[in-house]
Amino acid sequence: MNVSKSYGKLNVIEHLNFDVAEGEMVSIIGPSGSGKTTVLRTLMTLETINDGVIYVEGKPLTHMAKGGVLVPADERYLRRMRTSIGMCFQSFNLFPHMTALQNCMEGPVQVLGLSKKEARERSEELLHMVGMIDKRGQHPSRLSGGQQQRVAIARALAMRPKVMLFDEVTSALDPEVIGEVTNVIRKLVTEHNLTMLMVTHQMGFARDISDRVCFFYGGKIEEQGTPHELFGSPQRERTKQFLSAVKEAV
Amino acid sequence: MNFDWSWTLTWEIMPRLLWATANTLLAAGAGYAIALVGGLIFALAQRAAFGPIRWAVREFVEFIRSTPLVLQIFFVFYVAPQFGIQLSPWTSGLLAIGLHYSAYLSEVYRGGLEAVPRGQWEACRAINMSARDTYFRIIIPQALVPAVPGMGNYLVGILKDTPMLSVIGVMELMHAANSIGSEHYRYLEPFTLVGLIFFLISLPTAGLVKLLERRLRLGLGL
Ligand SMILES: Nc1ncnc2c1ncn2[C@@H]1O[C@H](COP(=O)(O)OP(=O)(O)O)[C@@H](O)[C@H]1O
Ligand SMILES: [Mg+2]
Repeated sequence: MNVSKSYGKLNVIEHLNFDVAEGEMVSIIGPSGSGKTTVLRTLMTLETINDGVIYVEGKPLTHMAKGGVLVPADERYLRRMRTSIGMCFQSFNLFPHMTALQNCMEGPVQVLGLSKKEARERSEELLHMVGMIDKRGQHPSRLSGGQQQRVAIARALAMRPKVMLFDEVTSALDPEVIGEVTNVIRKLVTEHNLTMLMVTHQMGFARDISDRVCFFYGGKIEEQGTPHELFGSPQRERTKQFLSAVKEAV
Repeated sequence: MNFDWSWTLTWEIMPRLLWATANTLLAAGAGYAIALVGGLIFALAQRAAFGPIRWAVREFVEFIRSTPLVLQIFFVFYVAPQFGIQLSPWTSGLLAIGLHYSAYLSEVYRGGLEAVPRGQWEACRAINMSARDTYFRIIIPQALVPAVPGMGNYLVGILKDTPMLSVIGVMELMHAANSIGSEHYRYLEPFTLVGLIFFLISLPTAGLVKLLERRLRLGLGL
């Protein structure tokens, strides 16, 4: 894919070429404002792109074929394609008027048309996996940030996406609870064959679990490689600067 | 000036005033019911994807809010028949006052809808919810809570505006008090009683609204 995105006059992503293989875990790192969130948002179809086409599993996501040419996708097409993508946000965005369990069941029941019983089984299994089964009856306002984020991960997984997007899911959390969320993601990597794209500021975590790390700068991939390559021997000046700045901050 | 309160007259006219109170409550209740639904329709239409609809509804709401209620009542009752729509005083009255308050309530809803964080919409999109489910299951329930105080104010407002319906002959409290006054050549008792009745109905409403807000918050687990 070769994609551009601008907000008004501001070009946020410029001719980005980016491929993720099935089952791959890719981390995106980079300075604030470099377009990391925007990339995930375009993939979740929360933003439209100005130029280029995004493909998921060989099928166009942002566009659809009509009379032999690709035209911007309509809502119906998007709703079909979106089923394979899930996303977790920095600010959790749980539904505040529903319990943890209801949050997880909402999509399966309303969108996938599962029976209440099936949806409940699926959701409870996932809440168990993220260690939140005991709190299934609680509303988000009664949960800590780390707990809310784990419920949010379960909610996204309940839709059985093939691709999961994580946008700085630990940035809003207190340091002592970050581990409970990263452990869930770790578990996903080892036990499930999900394709994952994760924006993170936790270099250690990215290094541990990624197949590939991309360093974003100014809406482009400045440098990418295996964690070993990128963290061990960065080639580009900007990457080196960024990594040493991050190291100092810790 | 002499101030003599006639208890005989008071008891004599009480049944008629109570009957009129029922009509006032009916007018306020039915008008408010129309406004609750109409306001939601206006509020949602102002968020429609189609620009001209947004614009037209916006202008219509502005127009209603900036013209007098009594004019709107006259308009529906006297002008509509010229277009072949003949409505009874009750129907025209309820329609006019319901529409009038729809415009005001739509603003209250609009504020409530705008208060729902953007992240809620995005979460709905991320689990691929339909626009309809997004509104009715996620956004509107959350928008209701901040809207309740404003909705309560307009409930009292519509009650106090029901006397306007007397201009087209709806037998509510003001109308009844007026007729009683002209029949008995005494206005002190009927008008005082009407004031008292309005006060007694309005007073607990504010408290009830507070209670409702708290109940709603609890019910939604917020
Ligand atoms: N909705 C928006 N409207 C206008 N500009 C935006 C919007 N969202 C993001 N931006 C701008 O786009 C750039 C990239 O933002 P973002 O993708 O959030 O960066 P990152 O996640 O890497 O910090 C920033 O300069 C930001 O100010
Ligand atoms: Mg970001």
